[in-house]
Amino acid sequence: MTAMLLIEQALNGLQYGVMLFLMAAGLTLVFGVMGLINLAHGSLFMVGAFACAAVAGATGSFWLGLAASLAAAAAAGAIVEMTVIRRLYARDHLDQVLATFALILVFSEGTRWAFGSFPLYLDIPAALAGPVTLPGGLEYPLYRLVLIGVGLGVAAGLFWLIGRTRLGIRIRAGEADREMIAALGVDISRLYTIVFALGAALAGLAGALVGALQSVQVGMGEPVLILAFVVIVIGGIGSIKGALVGAILVGMTDTLGRFVLPLALGTVMSRSDAGAIGAALASMLIYILMAVVLVLRPGGLYGRA
Amino acid sequence: MRREPLLNGVLALALLAVPLAAWALDEPFVITLATKVAILALAGAGLNIALGYGGLVSLGHAAFFGIGGYAMAVLAAPVQNFDLLMSWPFEVPGTKSMPLIWLAAMSAGALAALVIGALSLRTAGVYFIMITLAFGQMLYYFAISWPAYGGEDGISIYVRNGFAGLNTLDPIQFFALAYGLLMAVLALTHMMVRARFGLALAGARQNPGRLAALGIRPFSLHLSAFVISGAITALAGALYADLNRFVSPSMLSWQTSGEIMVFVILGGVGRLFGPVAGAALFILLEHWLGGVSDYWKLFLGLILLGIVLFARGGLIGTLAGREDAHD
Amino acid sequence: MNVKTILMAAVAAVAMADNATAEPVKVGMITTLSGGGASLGIDTRDGFMLAVGMANNPDLEVIIEDDQRKPDVAVQLADKMIQSDKVDVLTGIVWSNLAMAVVPAATAQGKFYLSTNAAPSQLAGKGCNPNYFAVSYQNDNLHEAAGAYAATAGITKAFIMAPNYPAGKDSLAGFKRFYEGDVVGEVYTQLGQTDYAGEIAQIRASGADGVFIFLPGGMGISFVKQYADSGVGLPLIGPAFSFDQSILQAMGDAALGTLNGANWSPDLDNAANAAFVTAFAEKYDRLPSVYASYGYDTANLLLSAMAKASVADAPAFRAALKAADFASVRGKFAFGPANHPIQDLYVREVVKEGDLYTNKIVGTAMTDRGNPYEGECKM
Repeated sequence: MTAMLLIEQALNGLQYGVMLFLMAAGLTLVFGVMGLINLAHGSLFMVGAFACAAVAGATGSFWLGLAASLAAAAAAGAIVEMTVIRRLYARDHLDQVLATFALILVFSEGTRWAFGSFPLYLDIPAALAGPVTLPGGLEYPLYRLVLIGVGLGVAAGLFWLIGRTRLGIRIRAGEADREMIAALGVDISRLYTIVFALGAALAGLAGALVGALQSVQVGMGEPVLILAFVVIVIGGIGSIKGALVGAILVGMTDTLGRFVLPLALGTVMSRSDAGAIGAALASMLIYILMAVVLVLRPGGLYGRA
Repeated sequence: MRREPLLNGVLALALLAVPLAAWALDEPFVITLATKVAILALAGAGLNIALGYGGLVSLGHAAFFGIGGYAMAVLAAPVQNFDLLMSWPFEVPGTKSMPLIWLAAMSAGALAALVIGALSLRTAGVYFIMITLAFGQMLYYFAISWPAYGGEDGISIYVRNGFAGLNTLDPIQFFALAYGLLMAVLALTHMMVRARFGLALAGARQNPGRLAALGIRPFSLHLSAFVISGAITALAGALYADLNRFVSPSMLSWQTSGEIMVFVILGGVGRLFGPVAGAALFILLEHWLGGVSDYWKLFLGLILLGIVLFARGGLIGTLAGREDAHD
Repeated sequence: MNVKTILMAAVAAVAMADNATAEPVKVGMITTLSGGGASLGIDTRDGFMLAVGMANNPDLEVIIEDDQRKPDVAVQLADKMIQSDKVDVLTGIVWSNLAMAVVPAATAQGKFYLSTNAAPSQLAGKGCNPNYFAVSYQNDNLHEAAGAYAATAGITKAFIMAPNYPAGKDSLAGFKRFYEGDVVGEVYTQLGQTDYAGEIAQIRASGADGVFIFLPGGMGISFVKQYADSGVGLPLIGPAFSFDQSILQAMGDAALGTLNGANWSPDLDNAANAAFVTAFAEKYDRLPSVYASYGYDTANLLLSAMAKASVADAPAFRAALKAADFASVRGKFAFGPANHPIQDLYVREVVKEGDLYTNKIVGTAMTDRGNPYEGECKM
């Protein structure tokens, strides 16, 4: 029984990590290519979730909602890139932090204006609802298994995109040497808009997929944003591979820490105290992980710094 | 002289004149607002030493702000509960004396900055931003979930702490204390920037290679700046806790770190009075817009966006011109 | 000055003119109107203002400000309302931690505070004050109702769960106080947590036959959806906050059949409640939540005291409040010795009526339940 529980928790950690990867991939791509710190990335996650909930609510189809989330987040990303972000590439990180901090306020309150203050309804599509029995007798929600599959699929797609396509070559060239790629006649501002919209679409996809499991409400993007930053810093900024490894590491640490710490403390103190203190330590765990990684490897696991 | 010193003088006088006028007109809440500006400007002045003069972009200064706040509560709570701060190995009573609390807050802030700085300064750039954020979040979650000292509820200190010869519950007298400390810190910062330490710090920011060739290790310079910065922000935290007569983990949240940073950037990074201008503008906007609409944060966001895109160098940079810029 | 003043239409209200004293009363409402927790504050405000509008009393002025769910902002708003606006009464705070920051200082300055929601144990016991009235409940009450009823609902081995913060710990203690079965698992989650897969796995493995959760707002929405999808299928019970009107539509079918302890429900059968639910739905085009009902009761309590005494005469006004001489939407309502309500506690079930999800009372958990901490209160 305990071994089964441990396996289930490991699956949960994996699923959580894979979702974090969808958020982190866009963030790390944008940073790697354009050198931009985007605090508003969490807002694009929220845009995806709201678009999916609104369209799914109006049409009754989750899949149309999913398509809408990709379109809405990509469009929001492209618009923001062309109106605001474009002016920030030449600025230092501080101006980027302030401008994207302001964008969070605009997105959050704008969404509240458009959709009201009450959380929206978004549910798992009927085809994916309910648990399935895995080999070994473990019951596990089908939707979460699908999430793991989608996340790993997107990761594979990104590796292919970056490694094997013309766009990927330009992206890598853009990371390495901006003047050179401009001299070669590539329209750099279009490339940047495409990369930013791609990152936004990934965040929107994550928002829609996770939104079906969670509460679709204003401010839902901010906790995920902080975690996504933790992920890309642990992995090494700009590295897709680092983002994947970092995301799974964070997902596993968080899920298993919340499960194991109270149990471990329960052997030396009362259950109530162990629960409270274990939970306190578990909530600090991923930040401790991040600090330890950075102290040992100041450029993250796969970073170039 | 250039325009910046003149502008600084105007700001210093305005921050003094407004509450005095409010005092004469019996508008105590305006004094409270001015006190809030002075205290948040002090927190920003602390961050400005690391960020503006040292080039160390810390997104974790809420840690020091909160440590200062909790230092106040931990010292003052035993007095209000008729308890001792420590009963073992020897008996230590709490205190309601502001100077003692300030000293404790600054020491605690400096110590925390020493540890966090020593570990964080192994990294640079974005990694530094993020590792300081990580330490801030650690303390935040610790304060929320640790049962002593109120957890999420925080602690109320019902009566403001005392300062010999003053009635600190009187808004104008408490303002005078906050304003005095702010001016003292700004004066010290001004002297520090022009002293050998400040010049070396500027050198380390602008040309690290040359400094190394001179045999100065940037690490210890940066660490010193970070410790001074943490101590000042902790002092502001203790004052802020006294202003509200209350502390809670929200003082340690990453949004607080973000707001302190916004004060500095808004006013002008590395400008002596940048944090004063930035905090004043932010508080005024918050106060005015709050009455306009339920969705006032939307307008706050748009205004901030406009400032960062079109008023480069912050308020002071725009008004005083770029010739005085530090980089 | 930014004063979001809502001056109640000064059209002459003749009705109450004989016995009402002409002393105007200024009320400061501090509540959460922006950010993620805004729906609770908006319901509180709308319920309160509905009663104010219906009474149409020209002597009552209400000033409303947004605390952004930040304790320091709430303290500064209270300072502003007391120092600049010179209010007589404060009200409206949703969250316990904000109430702890504001209430002791306000009552120490001689102001009245009428709580529309948060009523933490500290203010119900040692920190009680004659000028502080909790109109809603004492924080533990709704958890106690769930605990008292759990065994009746067939839960004998409970798995209990709350966020790791003071209100969460009070919640689990409140549930256990009158619960007669065994507790087989006790878990504290992170505040603001959105993924509960790990906790659900623990529930599945624990051998429990029922689950108690206190997860207000978005946390509850996330948990209930994930729990329904997991197929664990054990009965779920909680306080009203976990299954309230403001979040039920976002939970959808996942919430159907869950139980929750409450002191009010839209289907509670009394004339005042029927009038309230109809008027609220008419004015705001949605069903009221418990928060709206507390706001509405608070305003009516205040109006009833204004009809009896002048706010300038604090002892008389205090006595008028304490008499609680108003038609509560909860039917029976009286204040106990520490100014917390003595009231019946119910258990509600989430049902679907047409397209709307709402709550229906299925049983009474406790009758005439008061404040568990009143023994510690010396006033």
